[in-house]
Formats: sequence, structure tokens, C-alpha cells
Amino acid sequence: MSLSGNWYLALSAVLFAIGAFGLLVRRNVLVMFMCVELMLNAANLTLVTFARMLNDIGGQALVFFVLVVAAAEVVVGLGIVVAIFRRRSGEGTTADDLHIMKG
Amino acid sequence: MLGVLVVQVAVATKVDAAVFAIAAFFVLVGAIGVVVARNPVHAALMLVMTLFGVAVLFVEQQANFLAAAQVIVYAGAIVVLFLFVIMFLGVDRRENIAFEPLRAQRPLAVGLVASSLAGLLLLGVAAHWSVGAHSVAGQLRGQPGGDVAALGRAVFTTYLFPFEATAALLVIAVVGAVVLARRPPQARRPDREQAAAPGGDGPPGDRTAGDVVGDPMDALAQAVANAVASGLVSLPEDLPEGQRQEEPVGESAAP
Repeated sequence: MSLSGNWYLALSAVLFAIGAFGLLVRRNVLVMFMCVELMLNAANLTLVTFARMLNDIGGQALVFFVLVVAAAEVVVGLGIVVAIFRRRSGEGTTADDLHIMKG
Repeated sequence: MLGVLVVQVAVATKVDAAVFAIAAFFVLVGAIGVVVARNPVHAALMLVMTLFGVAVLFVEQQANFLAAAQVIVYAGAIVVLFLFVIMFLGVDRRENIAFEPLRAQRPLAVGLVASSLAGLLLLGVAAHWSVGAHSVAGQLRGQPGGDVAALGRAVFTTYLFPFEATAALLVIAVVGAVVLARRPPQARRPDREQAAAPGGDGPPGDRTAGDVVGDPMDALAQAVANAVASGLVSLPEDLPEGQRQEEPVGESAAP
């Protein structure tokens, strides 16, 4: 018999919290993206845990789609980052450098 | 709350608990490493550690296909994409984490995350999570072929339309990435005029990988145009007027 699902849910809650904290605190755009990936992984772990607890394959199918959407999101997001910082002929990649629309 | 968890652990086998503990350790260490690493490359490698830990937890919960997809897609493709962008932008240097322009940002972040995490955990302890209808989309256990075949049947029957929609989404993402990675066409115009002039090498400060490839091709296109103008060669007559000069340039922009 496998471990109770509560442990997995608690772990994914902590993982999500770490990702959210990093997203709020870090200023580097790339590291902020990685923190978004952490939060997505926490949600995936929750879905797989519920799929096991409810004996339902639907949770795993949803994780499959989340993987695809995460891949698409990273491709487009990093494309935007590259486009922005190539146009600005690159200093740092911090979010504070993007003040071009500041009044 | 802890008593309930301890009793549940006692029921589970020791191997499962040990696997969970080790994988959870790697997941949390990697996640904290992503947040505190000063070098983005180190953050990406810490992210790989977390993703592997999550893959182990997937295997532990009878999600074998998703564990393989996690390693291939996340650790194999997404992290490599991250590292590629880090190297491409040349930002693989240490940054000063202590610098924070917004003074209230960090205390607010700590308070917000801590309170919401506490709320989540309290909710998890207070509520019974196994609610709702069991096995709406098919059983996970006891299917012929295991969870991989069960997932395949679910994706290609119950979730066929979302599956097709994700195919369209991937095509849109690829097209969007190509459009975003292209250089804007109006930025090419001054380059092409300066390529014919001696010493004209494009505006300084706008050097990208496209320039290195683009400049000789632009010079070639200019030479062809000069040859046509001086009557040395003649282009086929069925081409429209605008297409003669644009075609070699457009091909050089493709990579």
C-alpha cells in the first residue's frame, strides 16, 4: 500500500508556495519563469495525487495537457524575452529594466 | 493532525515512505535552490533536480507515462531551452540578490505566501479531500495494460477534442516563436543600403546573429541588382517587378 495522499498534497502546497515566493521576490525574468515552472509542477503533483486517491485517469490526462501547455508557454515567453532584450541591445534581464512605458 | 499522518505512515510500507522522503528532499532543495541561486545557470540546474524529484513522485503514484514525459519534456526540452536563452542573452553572471528597489516587496511576499500556505495546509487537514465522483473518465487501477494504456485510452477517446486542440496550440506556439524571433523587416532596410557602400557594416550596437549571416547575403543581392542594372545578366521576364530584389533577401532572413 502506498503512502497517504495527504503527504503528497502537503509537499505540493509547499512547492507551490516556494515558487510563488520566488516569483514575487526575484527580479531576473528568467528565474521568474523558472518559478512559474515550479508552481506548474506543484499543480501537476496535486493532480496526479488526486488521480490516485479517486482512482480516476482524468487527473493524469489533465497533467498531460498541462505539460503541453507549459511547453508552449515557455517557448512563447522566452521568445518574448529574447525579442525584448535583443531590441534593447542587452544590459541585464531584470524586470526593472523594462520601464519603457513608465510615465 | 500529525497523529493522523503518523498512523497513515505506519500503514504504508517503509519503502514507499523512504522513496517519498528522499524525493521530497530533492524537490524542496531544488526549489529553494532555484529561488536563492544568484547565477541563472545554477537556478536552471536546481530546477532539473526538482523536476527529477517530481518524476520520482509520479512513478510512486502509478503515473509512469507522465514520469517519462516529465523527464523528456521538462528536463530534456524546457530546461535546455532555458539554458539556451541564458547563454544566448549572455546573462550567466552572478547578480546581486540583496538589491530590492521596492522596499515593501519582500515583507509583503513573505506574509502573503506564508498566510496562504498556512490556509492551504489547514484546509487540507480540516477537509476530507477524497470527495466527488470516482472514476468519471475511467479507472486508474486494474486496467489492461496498466496506467499507460489507460491514459492512452482516455486521451484518445474521452479527451480527443482537447488533444486536437493542444495540437493546434503547439502549431500556434511554434509560429509565434518564429515570428517573435524574426528581426523586424524595417530594421533591415538601412543595412541593405549601407552594404554597398565601402566600409558600411550596419549600424553599431545592433549586432546579432542575423547580422553575421545577413550581411554577405545582402551584399550578394546588391551585386545581383547591380549586374542586372548594368545589363550583364537578365532575370526571367515572368517575375513581377518587386520580386526580383526581394527574393534573395527574404531567403536570407529565414534562419
